Amino acid sequence: MKYIIAVIQPDRLDEVLELLTKKEIHLVTVSNVVGRGRQKGISEVYRSHREAGTLLKKVKLEIAVNDEYLQQAKDAIIQAARTGQTGDGKIFVFDMQDCLRIRTGETGHVAIG
Amino acid sequence: MIRERFTRIGVLCLAVLGSIPAMARADESSIAASSTGVLSGISGADTVWVLLSAALVMLMTPGLAFFYGGLVRRKNVLSILMQCFMMLCVISLQWVFCGYSLAFGPDLVGIIGNLDWVGLKNVGMGPSDYAATIPHTAFVIFQMMFAVITPALIIGAFAERMRFSGFAVFSLLWTTLVYDPVAHWMWGKGGFLGAMGGMGAVDFAGGIVVHINAGMAALAAVIVLGKRKGFPNTISPPHNLPVAVLGAGLLWFGWFGFNAGSALAANHVAVSAFLATHIAGAAAGLVWSILDWLKFGKPTTLGMITGAVAGLAAVTPGAGYVAVSGAIWIGLGSGIICWLSVTALKAKYQYDDSLDAFGVHGVGGIWGTLAVGLWGTKAVNLAGVNGLFYGNPIQLWLQAKAVLFTMVYSFVMSLVLFKAVDFVLGLRVTEHEEAVGLDLTQHREAGYTLLD
Repeated sequence: MKYIIAVIQPDRLDEVLELLTKKEIHLVTVSNVVGRGRQKGISEVYRSHREAGTLLKKVKLEIAVNDEYLQQAKDAIIQAARTGQTGDGKIFVFDMQDCLRIRTGETGHVAIG
Repeated sequence: MIRERFTRIGVLCLAVLGSIPAMARADESSIAASSTGVLSGISGADTVWVLLSAALVMLMTPGLAFFYGGLVRRKNVLSILMQCFMMLCVISLQWVFCGYSLAFGPDLVGIIGNLDWVGLKNVGMGPSDYAATIPHTAFVIFQMMFAVITPALIIGAFAERMRFSGFAVFSLLWTTLVYDPVAHWMWGKGGFLGAMGGMGAVDFAGGIVVHINAGMAALAAVIVLGKRKGFPNTISPPHNLPVAVLGAGLLWFGWFGFNAGSALAANHVAVSAFLATHIAGAAAGLVWSILDWLKFGKPTTLGMITGAVAGLAAVTPGAGYVAVSGAIWIGLGSGIICWLSVTALKAKYQYDDSLDAFGVHGVGGIWGTLAVGLWGTKAVNLAGVNGLFYGNPIQLWLQAKAVLFTMVYSFVMSLVLFKAVDFVLGLRVTEHEEAVGLDLTQHREAGYTLLD
C-alpha cells in the first residue's frame, strides 16, 4: 500500500480528480495550502503598494492506493496537472503501514477503496 | 497599577451618574414645553427625513468597521470592529452628557459652547436656531452620529498596534477637546469660523469638522505610534476584501444621510446634496480605477472602493452648495489627489498610515473644503455661497483659512493628547502582542475559528 501526497496548481484540480475517477481511484483528501518552491511568487497590488508574494496558493491531494494502482495514480496526476511551466508541483510517495475502515473495521487491502 | 485604574474608572462612572438627574430635569422641561404648544412650526416630513438620515449615518460606523476590518490581518479584525462599535457606545453617551452642549450650546467667545445644555438640559422638542422645522432633539440625534463616526475614522491610522484602553481614553478626550470645539467653530451659533456669526467659511456636512479633523488626528497618531513591525515590506495583504467592499457599500449608502440629511429638511437642498454626493463618489471611484490601471496594469477592487470613499469624503463639505458639474470636478480631483497622496506621498515618506485615514479622509477633506470656494453656487442653495468660478474669489480664501486653522489645531491637540495618554496608560501594544494580534491579546477572542 502506498500513500501519495501531490501538490498541484489549484486550477488543475478538477481535471486531476476526473482522471483519478476514470482510473477507479476514489479515495482522495484535498486541502488548500500555501507553499513555495523554485517558482517565484506573483505580486499583488494593494492600494498602489506592490506586494511580492513569497508563498503561493496550491492544492494538496492525499491519496491512498494499493500497489497495483500506484502507477495509474501517478500517471493521472501528471497527465492532468502538467502544463510545462515552473510551479506545476510535486508528487511524493510513501510506503503505508496500514489502512482501517472505521465503519466496518476492515483493514489493509480491502479497506482502501 | 490595577487599583489606580479602577479608581479612574470609578471617577468616570460617578461623573456619568451625576449627569442623570440633569437629564431627568431636561425630560420634564421638554414635556412642559410641548404642552404649551411650541410644537407648531415642526414639519413631519422634515423630521422623518432627519431621523432616517440619523439612522443612515449611524450605519456608517459599522460600515466603516467592515471597510477597515477587511483591510487588516485576520488576527486584528475584531479589534477594528470592537473599536468602531465602542465609539457608538462611548461617544453617544458623551454627546448627551456634555458633547452636544460644548459643540452647539450657547457660545463662549466664538470658540466653544457653554454648559447650559449639559445632559440635554434646556433642549426641548420645539424648533431651534439650527433647524427651524424639526424638534431640537432630532438635531441632537442627527449630530450625535457625526460625533460617533469622526473618532472612528482615526482608527485607520493606528490599526493593528493600539492598546484598547489607550484607544478608548484617547477617543473620549479627543472628541471632547478637539471634535466638539471644532464643530462649534464651524457649525455652532457664534462659532468664529462658520457662517452663523463667524468669518463665513462653510462646511455643509463635515469636510472640516469630520474629515480634516479626523485626518489630522490620524497623522498625529502615525507620528506618535510609529510603524507596525514589518511595514512596509512584510505586512500581509488585506485578509478579506469582500468584507471591505461590503463596508464601503454601507458607507456609500449611509453617506446619503450624512450629506443629504445635512439639509435638515426634506427639500431641494437635500435632493441636490444627494445627487452631488453620489456623482462625486462615482467619479472618484472611476478615476482611481483608471489610475491603477495605467500605473499597475490592472484596475483593483480596493482601489475602486478607496476612490469612492475619497470622493464621498471630498464632496461632504460642498454637497449642498455645488451643482452637479461642481460635484463631478470635486470627485475627479479627489480621485487624483488622494491617489497621489496614497501612492506617492506615503511611499516617499514611508509613514504607516495603515488604512490611509489621512491619505483619504484628511486629503479628501482638504481638497473638498477648498473646492467649495471654487464651485460653490447660490443657484443650488440660497443659504450657500458663491465660489471663485461664480464670481466670489474671497470665499476660497475663507475656506483656506478655516482649513488651516482646523489642520493646525487638530494636529497639535491630537499630538498632545496622544502623548499624554501614552504617558499615563501607554498607547502601543508590546511587540509580542502585536505579533500575536490584537483580537487575542486585547479582547481574548478570535474572529475566525478553524473548525465549525
